[in-house]
Amino acid sequence: MIRLFVPKDVSALAVGADRVAKVLTQQAGEGVQIVRTGSRGMTWLEPLIEVETPEGRIAYGPVTPADVPELLAAGLLSGADHPLRIGRPEDHPFMVRQTRLTFARCGIVDPLSLDDYRAHGGLEGLTKALAMSPEAVVAEVTASGLRGRGGAGFPTGIKWKTVADAAADRKYIVCNADEGDSGTFADRMILEGDPFCLIEGMVIAGLAVGATKGFVYSRSEYPHANVTFTEALILAREAGLIGPDILDSGRSFELELRVGAGAYVCGEETALLESLEGKRGMVRAKPPLPAHVGLFGKPTVINNLVSLASVPVILAKGAKAYADYGLGRSRGTMPIQIAGNAKYTGLFEAAFGITLGEIIETVAGGTLSGRPVKAVQCGGPLGAYFPPSLFDTPYDYEAFTARDGLIGHGGIVVFDDSVQMGAQARFAMEFCAIESCGKCTPCRIGSTRGVEVIDKIMAGTERAANMAVLEDLCQTLKYGSLCALGGFTPYPVMSAVRHFPDDFNGSGTSAKVPAE
Amino acid sequence: MASKTTNLVADWDPNRAAAIINAHLGLEGPALPILHGLQAAFGCVPSEAIPMVAKALNRSRAEIHGVVTFYHDFREAPAGKTVVKLCRAEACQAVGGREAASFLLASLGIGWGETTPDGAVTVEAVYCLGLCAAAPAALVNGQPHGRLDGMSLIEAVAEETQP
Repeated sequence: MIRLFVPKDVSALAVGADRVAKVLTQQAGEGVQIVRTGSRGMTWLEPLIEVETPEGRIAYGPVTPADVPELLAAGLLSGADHPLRIGRPEDHPFMVRQTRLTFARCGIVDPLSLDDYRAHGGLEGLTKALAMSPEAVVAEVTASGLRGRGGAGFPTGIKWKTVADAAADRKYIVCNADEGDSGTFADRMILEGDPFCLIEGMVIAGLAVGATKGFVYSRSEYPHANVTFTEALILAREAGLIGPDILDSGRSFELELRVGAGAYVCGEETALLESLEGKRGMVRAKPPLPAHVGLFGKPTVINNLVSLASVPVILAKGAKAYADYGLGRSRGTMPIQIAGNAKYTGLFEAAFGITLGEIIETVAGGTLSGRPVKAVQCGGPLGAYFPPSLFDTPYDYEAFTARDGLIGHGGIVVFDDSVQMGAQARFAMEFCAIESCGKCTPCRIGSTRGVEVIDKIMAGTERAANMAVLEDLCQTLKYGSLCALGGFTPYPVMSAVRHFPDDFNGSGTSAKVPAE
Repeated sequence: MASKTTNLVADWDPNRAAAIINAHLGLEGPALPILHGLQAAFGCVPSEAIPMVAKALNRSRAEIHGVVTFYHDFREAPAGKTVVKLCRAEACQAVGGREAASFLLASLGIGWGETTPDGAVTVEAVYCLGLCAAAPAALVNGQPHGRLDGMSLIEAVAEETQP
């Protein structure tokens, strides 16, 4: 039996993977099994198909349905040469530079095969955790240095300890899979490519803090991920990975998938909890922290999906092995997601410390258009635009903060020199206006005023005075908002103003940005 | 309670709505699953259903109306036959998303969130489908499409609208 691997990750489906799989099924003949996998993360090569050979898996991409007859004739099934042949995926320069810990299985395994999962190291972490005391599990996560991968960077172990120490009749684990940042898709890739890894991480979290119920809050924009994860939950329940008696340990953990309804602000943890409770996704004031008063008023661990999906490997390999990667206070690896106008787009998991320039110039290969890079937006729609002059910034929570930016959930969107940064700043304000939950006045009203002020600046109306108004407005948003939506919208706006003042001239004449 | 005759939902069926509501009452925080269920059945959250949901959850009608109107997904009237969820966010902007969107909207003669007069196509703005590495991207009746430009976007929509 020859095995062919065709991704069913939605980024591969979006460029024709199902059509390729269909033609392969029709033409590959008897004795060929087609296995649908997640994505390796080399998205620019999708659909990227692989064949199992004695030398390992050999990849070809990007494959169109029309390429299939020629590929088969050339000897696809034995891994023969062809212009589309990539070779072994793990030998590809894009993969060689990576450290795949959280995404070790993604794109390799059948996401809905628990046998495959176990064969590739799955459940090792949970098996260890079941043999440890809850305190020891929390201590292990703390020692790994894992910090929140959603953007805030709060130490995961400390959050867990707070919930573990809280006395309550009921506690919850909530996975924040409301991955709304443009340029990010790491959560989606796990949901579609290695869903058991998230389930395992959440069960470990439940055991560690004494929670018996978990929720995954995903997005309506991710219908394919939700289908795969729903099936994974059924299989996990059948196998006793979740339910009343986890792997015959006598301990219980129930897990449910919930789907949002198109509100970006629900990615903010307290708005997410409100939404899970069936309310408008309005941000809560903190304190109390969700760790003390969370879902339905109970102590709640709310972690980003990537944080939870990193827990199994930390338990399996040990905290030290994980913490040995990284730089300063940023330990372990980060799935960096390269998107937009880049030559090599996809997911690049690497230890913290790689520089932004290395990511853009070497890993991403510059722009897809071949034009010079003008700016990269790091950390989603609330992240700063970095010009090439800041490309020496190391990928690290603190280093980005020091340069008025953030790594956020790991997204990097590349723009070439055709981008107009005044329009990008305007969009940041417009997005904030559309998605504001309305609780804080600066965010609710300031964002609309921000659009108007930028329009005036671009039209050349009292440019210097309006630029001062914009700066002032951004200060008000930054310090007068409860959550990151209002608080961080000034990052893209002000970084565009500071680094690209010529783009706010409207007419193209050189009006200077007023100095504060 | 007198039900409003809005005529927005042709196949409104209170028994069906009640069954959907009841099926979710055992959940913790059932409101969103109920609203998703209603929209899946009726193509929108019918205004007639709001007092029913409120009663079942022991919440005020105003509160449920507030929930329905907070979330971009929930519609008060059904969408067109083909729904295009087109990404407007930055990663798509970086590779011509704005231009592709303008091309589609101009060819259909509608704006964001609008439906063509014949009820064939609704174009909704979404902010990220997670297809940022294969941008610009859209979901057309749930089918993903990536690396789009104006022409291929129109073709993708035409594929769904032609019988």
